[in-house]
Amino acid sequence: MTQARPEARQVDSTHVESLYREMLLIRRFEERSNALFLQGKIPSTLHLYIGQEATAVGVCAALRPDDIVFGTHRPHGHALAKGVSPDTMMAELYGKATGCCKAKGGSMHVGDVAVGMMPAIAIVGANAPLAVGSALSAKMRRSGQVTVAFFGEGGSNEGAVHEAMNMAAIWRLPVIFVCENNLYGASTPVSQVVAVENVADRAAAYGMPGAIVDGNDVLVVEEVAREAVERARRGDGPTLIEAKTYRLCGHSRSDACGYRTREEEADWRDKDPLVRLGKVLAPGVVKRIEAEVEARIDDCVAFAEASPLPDPADALTDVYWEGSA
Amino acid sequence: MAMMTIAEALREGIREEMRRDSTVFCLGEDIGIPGGFGGAFTVTLGLSDEFGHERILDTPISEIGIAGAAIGAAMTGMRPIADVQYGDFLFCMMDQLANQAAKMTYMSGGTVKVPMVMRAPVGSTRRGSQHAQSLEAFFTHIPGLKVVAPSTAYDAKGLLKAAVRDDNPVLIFEHKLLYGSKGGRSEQGALSPVGEVPDGDYVVPIGKGIVRRAGKDVTIVGKLLTVYKALEAAELLAAEGIDCEVIDPRTLVPLDKELILESVRKTGRLVVVEEDNRTHGWAAEIAAMVAEEAFFHLDAPVRRVSAPDIPPPFAPVLEADYVPSAARVAAAVRSCFG
Repeated sequence: MTQARPEARQVDSTHVESLYREMLLIRRFEERSNALFLQGKIPSTLHLYIGQEATAVGVCAALRPDDIVFGTHRPHGHALAKGVSPDTMMAELYGKATGCCKAKGGSMHVGDVAVGMMPAIAIVGANAPLAVGSALSAKMRRSGQVTVAFFGEGGSNEGAVHEAMNMAAIWRLPVIFVCENNLYGASTPVSQVVAVENVADRAAAYGMPGAIVDGNDVLVVEEVAREAVERARRGDGPTLIEAKTYRLCGHSRSDACGYRTREEEADWRDKDPLVRLGKVLAPGVVKRIEAEVEARIDDCVAFAEASPLPDPADALTDVYWEGSA
Repeated sequence: MAMMTIAEALREGIREEMRRDSTVFCLGEDIGIPGGFGGAFTVTLGLSDEFGHERILDTPISEIGIAGAAIGAAMTGMRPIADVQYGDFLFCMMDQLANQAAKMTYMSGGTVKVPMVMRAPVGSTRRGSQHAQSLEAFFTHIPGLKVVAPSTAYDAKGLLKAAVRDDNPVLIFEHKLLYGSKGGRSEQGALSPVGEVPDGDYVVPIGKGIVRRAGKDVTIVGKLLTVYKALEAAELLAAEGIDCEVIDPRTLVPLDKELILESVRKTGRLVVVEEDNRTHGWAAEIAAMVAEEAFFHLDAPVRRVSAPDIPPPFAPVLEADYVPSAARVAAAVRSCFG
């Protein structure tokens, strides 16, 4: 088990700015999506990533463009951090033809294989075996790619995750399991469903290293992810990283969070990853990034608004492979 | 041209595809362990000698993991042939097949393909309820999957090759009594048909059925073992002056509807035979399809010969009533001639 120490960092300011920009892009994308959802512009439900931005951004900062990410039912952060365009993502949320999944995926399945973001998997834990297959494929093809599976502390209890971790360990596959422990699986507290203190403690049982990180500190997350990525690329096998974090919003629509206290929420707001990283940056820089991100969000909403709806007949296509991409 | 059992034909097909394409590999339980079985029914026996243990990959007993690994590998450039020891174990991996493999291309807006094969032995063979079910119909109800069911050695090799080359998830159902597995893995009471298999490359196209016996009075549609039950019944009935046409769709999804409809338009009578449970089943779908598209050609009610709505029983005397027999097929055919 490794516990990364923040004092070990040495990062240049351009990199810090870029991490801040990516986290802020996710935060503003989520806030705007929620507003548009409440206005009735976005159908369905939304699982927002607000509060957990440092985990996706930190992990993806350690990846190559051709590395592969399998996200969850709360995938907007994973997708933006891996490089999916905010335009096609917002259009997907709107159910527009220009969406990253041609309006056939929706919020819970956003992805773009061209940037290594697989369609997000909304069955809890089911992405872990897929990530194992992707890593097995990378190993067989000798591509040097690393695959990441994100899941929550709730997902860590799925049998699929157990099978996946065991297979990854016995075959020493280049895969990283990132457990985002945000303390609640929907409304259920982690203490009620996990008997060990840390999900990462389970890594030992599979014969792989486990690491616990402050999931709200993007620099620490990146550092630990880098170590795991290097290990995977060397052929030394998988790592389980547990990022301790918190969802600063409800589980999904109309969640008043009656299962947790306002005090606990306030404590975690103090640990907001954006506030923490923002302190490292000059106020002028924060303002500039703030403006850039706002403009980017305006653009993606404009793109989604202007995009056409899919032709109803398109519902019948792409059930089987049509060789389109 | 060589005479082969279905197990040998499948093995030959896998061998040729693995030689042809380095992205093809096999994974499953006990498929390549030295001194082991070569899969539950010997299909992969000896293949690890040629291809090694990276491409004939033995897995833990982890059906979710096997399916997930196959799907994830297929999404990223490989063409896996996964293996479950008994079709019943497909239920263990149902989410991976029904939610992941089947929906991936669709929910990615046609940008991700899943060119994987999943092989599964079915059929009631004195093993009790959990190693016996013919569960093809569950998978024919899932858009995004293709389903094939070869009943001869020729079709087994040709359909396997077509499945490996297909860019969609394809399930191959194989019947335990038809394999012709040898040695300790041979089956009591097996039919084990041996058939001619051409040397070298050929495919049996997915989606094309075949007339196994031409006739003019009644159409019998069967699959896997029940093709043979239908043929046996046809012989009995020929002696009574009833000329049966027997159709083997070979592919269940996509179904060769036209072959069945053309036959029914000619004979005016239809009997569908399946080893699956009756209610909401595969035969019901064939009957509905014919009722919708050839109703005015029918001279008699459509008959189904199915397993009763019970789990597969164990004792041979109970099992004998579960699996449709030639006598039951013949009785159903006679009932079409009121």
